[in-house]
Amino acid sequence: MKCRVCRGPAVIDIRRHNAAFCPDHLVAHCEEQVRRAVHEYEMFTTDDRILVAVSGGKDSLALWDLLVRLGYDVDGLYLGLGIGEYSDESGLYTVAFAADRSLKLHQVELGTDFGFTIPAAAAATHRSPCGSCGLSKRHLFNRHAIELGYDVVATGHNLDDEAAVLLGNVLRWDVSFLGRQHPVLPAAEGFARKVKPLVRMGEREMAAYCVVRGIDYQVEECPMAAGNRHLGYKEILNALEDRSPGSKAAFMFGYLARGHERFHAEGAEERAELEPCTSCGAPTPKGVCAFCKLRERAS
Amino acid sequence: MKITLRNPRREVEVQGPMTVVALLQRLDINPESVLVIAGDELVPRDARLADAAVVEIRPVISGGAGT
Repeated sequence: MKCRVCRGPAVIDIRRHNAAFCPDHLVAHCEEQVRRAVHEYEMFTTDDRILVAVSGGKDSLALWDLLVRLGYDVDGLYLGLGIGEYSDESGLYTVAFAADRSLKLHQVELGTDFGFTIPAAAAATHRSPCGSCGLSKRHLFNRHAIELGYDVVATGHNLDDEAAVLLGNVLRWDVSFLGRQHPVLPAAEGFARKVKPLVRMGEREMAAYCVVRGIDYQVEECPMAAGNRHLGYKEILNALEDRSPGSKAAFMFGYLARGHERFHAEGAEERAELEPCTSCGAPTPKGVCAFCKLRERAS
Repeated sequence: MKITLRNPRREVEVQGPMTVVALLQRLDINPESVLVIAGDELVPRDARLADAAVVEIRPVISGGAGT
């Protein structure tokens, strides 16, 4: 296989683009795809202060690397989840990445800063650990972005992540989630702007980007995520993609182009009805927010 | 070929030579879900792997809530 651009030896084939790339042109491809997503969805400009939510995995570290290469003003925030050796390792990868490139990294530890861990939250609530994890991340990344004066929170959600979430939302016809599923959630009272610059990038491309850029990341899967519903959706979509390359992109971008506006009002309406949490001040439907309730039960 | 797999980490031996796509078929792995690294080199699906190759099949799928 030869690189589509220079005809040199390729290191990765990307069937949905009917293309293969050498290391240098894979990096150029990733930069171009992120640049297009940022411009197409008007995510941010070089005047904005961006906070990247970093986990030590391939997507968030690649995103941080790409945004720095593209000239944006971007710092990182790592949230320690207290998931034993897995969290210890993810923290080490993140700290090493930032230190090697002299980048600014903020660190928050659920255990020391908020008195609970994700395993403790899962045990206390008898619910999926992924639910407690997602809730904590959404709350704390938003809260720290506001407190630290950032304009935008950028997350490493890629095309595979978004297509899997969309499949789940469609299977349940969850119109509120469908209304909020977009590469940009605008800022509002109590909310920083939230963006997903990797929405045009497949998961394989992000892992390959890390390999060719020499980014060490945590390859092992979170031990608490095994068997979760999201992974099942990804398996189904990858089986489709293997038979029909481009299916995931057609599903996701068809939704954004022709489906999202039909549900937009549902998501916006729900957001407009929020009021400040009586404990922490974060937006919530009523009374104490879900994060403060989780913290009280788990700590 | 000595093949390293992840999640959980384990090693298997497969008789080579063969292409990447044939190896993945033999192991019943969807090519969309992995990278293949031979030695230190990332290789595309038509690459031919020698019998003496040391190969890592690295999953690229991450689950959970994601960041």
